[in-house]
Amino acid sequence: MLEPSRLRMAGSRLRTPVFAGLAVFTGVALAACGSSSPSTSSSGSPSSSSSSNPLASAAPSGSVVVGSANFPENELLAEIYVLALQGKGVKVTPKFNIGAREVYYPQVENGSVSIIPEYNGALLTTSVDPSSTAASTAQVDAALTAKLPSSLEILTPAPAQDKDSVTVTQAYAKAHNLTSIAQLTPLASSITFGGPPEFKTRADGLPGLKKNYGLTFKGFDPLDESGPITLAALVDGKVQAADVFTTTPQIITDKLVSLADPKNNFAAQNVVPLVYKKALTPTITSTLNAISAKLTTQALLQMDQAVILGHANYSTVAAGFLKAEGLS
Amino acid sequence: MSFLSFAWNWLKSPAQWHGADGIPIRVLQHLGYSGLSLLVAATIALPLGVAIGHSGRGSFVIVSLANVWRAIPTLGLLVLMVILLGFSVLAWLIPLVVLAIPPILVNAYEGVAGVDPGLKDAARGMGMTPWQQLRKVEVPVALPLIMLGLRTGAIFVVATATIAAEIGLGGLGRYIIDGLATENYGEVAGGAALVVVLALVVQVVFVGLRRLVVPAGLRRQAKTS
Repeated sequence: MLEPSRLRMAGSRLRTPVFAGLAVFTGVALAACGSSSPSTSSSGSPSSSSSSNPLASAAPSGSVVVGSANFPENELLAEIYVLALQGKGVKVTPKFNIGAREVYYPQVENGSVSIIPEYNGALLTTSVDPSSTAASTAQVDAALTAKLPSSLEILTPAPAQDKDSVTVTQAYAKAHNLTSIAQLTPLASSITFGGPPEFKTRADGLPGLKKNYGLTFKGFDPLDESGPITLAALVDGKVQAADVFTTTPQIITDKLVSLADPKNNFAAQNVVPLVYKKALTPTITSTLNAISAKLTTQALLQMDQAVILGHANYSTVAAGFLKAEGLS
Repeated sequence: MSFLSFAWNWLKSPAQWHGADGIPIRVLQHLGYSGLSLLVAATIALPLGVAIGHSGRGSFVIVSLANVWRAIPTLGLLVLMVILLGFSVLAWLIPLVVLAIPPILVNAYEGVAGVDPGLKDAARGMGMTPWQQLRKVEVPVALPLIMLGLRTGAIFVVATATIAAEIGLGGLGRYIIDGLATENYGEVAGGAALVVVLALVVQVVFVGLRRLVVPAGLRRQAKTS
């Protein structure tokens, strides 16, 4: 440690240049703010510069705005929608990476975003009806159809789901002949389960697995939310089963298996286009429904792996999917 | 509700003081992680710092490195270690040791390098071997700074050992991370308050240790100067 006097000297020597630097930086940043607003039209709409709230901008006439949340999988789904719609001659304005559901949902509700890829369960419990206990795909869709504001509509959900799952290694699944959570009954007393800390108490966590499948595990390790620590614990054998999202790309690279959840302990999270009703045309509906019909969890998982771990270009991966499924 | 009343309401509940995830066990786990990390860090950094301070060789490189080293993010290193090494003891030990090394190393170096040259001359003049000079003069004179380094390292480690909970281990971080995950902010505040108290206790212990090990003459000198 430096003694205080030397620290003080260092401080006073630094102070002037640092503050001058800050001032210069702030000036540049302010100048950039002032000059950049008219040129943001590429990400939003051309009219955004005149609007006091750039988020509430209207789409140019005859064009639909396809939005996305701020994570890779959602952006990839939006890219698939954009390419497919453009292929059918629909004028599309992409508005990707908007933010979390709390940010983009009001924009779909007021029509400044016309289409966004959603997950039915999360949409229901975050923005539409937080008290809902709907669990299966059919229940969730019925609840959404009943409760969505009149300006909004969901199209046909895809079989693809990005939801919590009980995941084990392929080797463990093979050794015990596992495909479903229900088959864990004889093994539970030898399994240490890994998941985010709140999994221990939340309704679809350990209490749900006990209620729906009668599982009481040997122990619980609080780890992270389907992140590097959970994956390392699973591969390492520190835990034998863990809560992992079904489209986590490491499921492929780490050779993992998500077990089926026949009793819907985890609420359905099917990929579904959320649309602003007035922006819909029959072409848009049929195009997006055709995508949903072909989009499986496995397909989504593989595309996620390509863009997240393989750093592949989003449009290349999206175009590849559309071509392979005969949708382009 | 203020932070303090949040923490107090949680702390005064008797349920927190019993069982495998009760406060006494968590404090012991926390002290275990911290103690082992500090021990390993001191075993590496003290001899190195003293040797560099004594010889003066490589001092610039080592001290600069130690200072740059402080910029390593402990939490990032922890996750990296888990990915590279799996869940061995090293996964949490390495980040905490890395955290504690710079203050111990730099202070040991500064302490020994800063010994009055006249004092070293006198020791040599009395016929001491280089080893005796180091052991009987330079290290004792450097002890106030060496102890400061150990104290700083200990406080760093105690305050940061909370990250062990990030990889499913115990310690006081368990309360902070679990509390945040379940929106139980009383538990978060209580856990954080316990970490603060523990860091203060460690500080007091090291001040006491300093009184025990620093030669009386040096302490008197420090008081009068």
